[in-house]
Amino acid sequence: MIARSPVVSAAELERVTGWHLTAEGLCREDRCIPFSPTDEDAIDLVAVANALGRPLVRDERHGLFAFGAEHGGHALASAAAPDLVLPDVDGRRFSLASLRGRKVLLVAWASW
Amino acid sequence: MWQELYAELRPRGLQIVTVALDAAGAETARPWIEKAGATHPSLVDRAHLMDSLFGVTNVPSGVWIDEAGTIVRPPEPAHPRRPAYKDRAIPEDATPELRERIETVRALHVEAERYVGALRDWVANGASSRFALTRDEVVRRSRPRPIGEATAPAHFALGQELHARGLRDDAIAHFKEAHRLDPTNWTYRRDAWSLVAAEHEKIYDTSWLEEVKREGVERYYPPLDMPE
Repeated sequence: MIARSPVVSAAELERVTGWHLTAEGLCREDRCIPFSPTDEDAIDLVAVANALGRPLVRDERHGLFAFGAEHGGHALASAAAPDLVLPDVDGRRFSLASLRGRKVLLVAWASW
Repeated sequence: MWQELYAELRPRGLQIVTVALDAAGAETARPWIEKAGATHPSLVDRAHLMDSLFGVTNVPSGVWIDEAGTIVRPPEPAHPRRPAYKDRAIPEDATPELRERIETVRALHVEAERYVGALRDWVANGASSRFALTRDEVVRRSRPRPIGEATAPAHFALGQELHARGLRDDAIAHFKEAHRLDPTNWTYRRDAWSLVAAEHEKIYDTSWLEEVKREGVERYYPPLDMPE
């Protein structure tokens, strides 16, 4: 997900990174990482990148920012499935977590 | 492609979800989904979250997730049936390049029967299936993520965003950087090439055939690491 500013609100931070801000820090699923911004309406993406161990890439010309993935370990930090939320072909948002209780085969394909 | 298997296994408790790694968006994927008559969720992943979140590097890849939301097999080649290209005939008048291309795709390692057999076994037997992996094994088998491979998804996402805005040349710079940082990820290469199909060998200085030969045809779809 792309950010359009180097400082973002907590809501924008969640949209961009999937992590939400709580009293315990940045949280996602069952993990929390200590993090306490001075201003919850102006959170510095560089500080977030350092806290999460995720590279932050800036496109200078267009003023855009994108996070990479957590580095140092494996693509899957644990066997808990990440909550993938994506649109279907008609633009409706679908959450992988909505299938809890069923076995799922998740298939990546492409038209190319 | 997956609809037939879905019809068979859904009554036995398997949900199939397909994710199209198409930076160009839903309209590129839609004809394929409609032609297949897909009734399972068919999602569109323009920025390749399947790569950054799960460690997918080529398509088709499958991930198995159990009822508790625990991954029991990380991404691996997933073919529901033998692809038509495995039996493609070489035309009499084929150029040497076309001949080599057809010979190469025919040589790709595809284990459809074995994969589908394992999937049926897991659907029937769940955690006691010999194909369900432990949590530690799932993490261990998922792709290592050094700094370069961790940075590539950001460049791919920026490339996709700029391409969607019509800023083709700026997009290509980010796609090239994603390819440089994660040189063995096929989805980044193939999707970026497809966006400039006619000129891709000029812009990216390479071709699918050259890249497959460089890496070794046997590495394109690695053998399934599962019991017989």
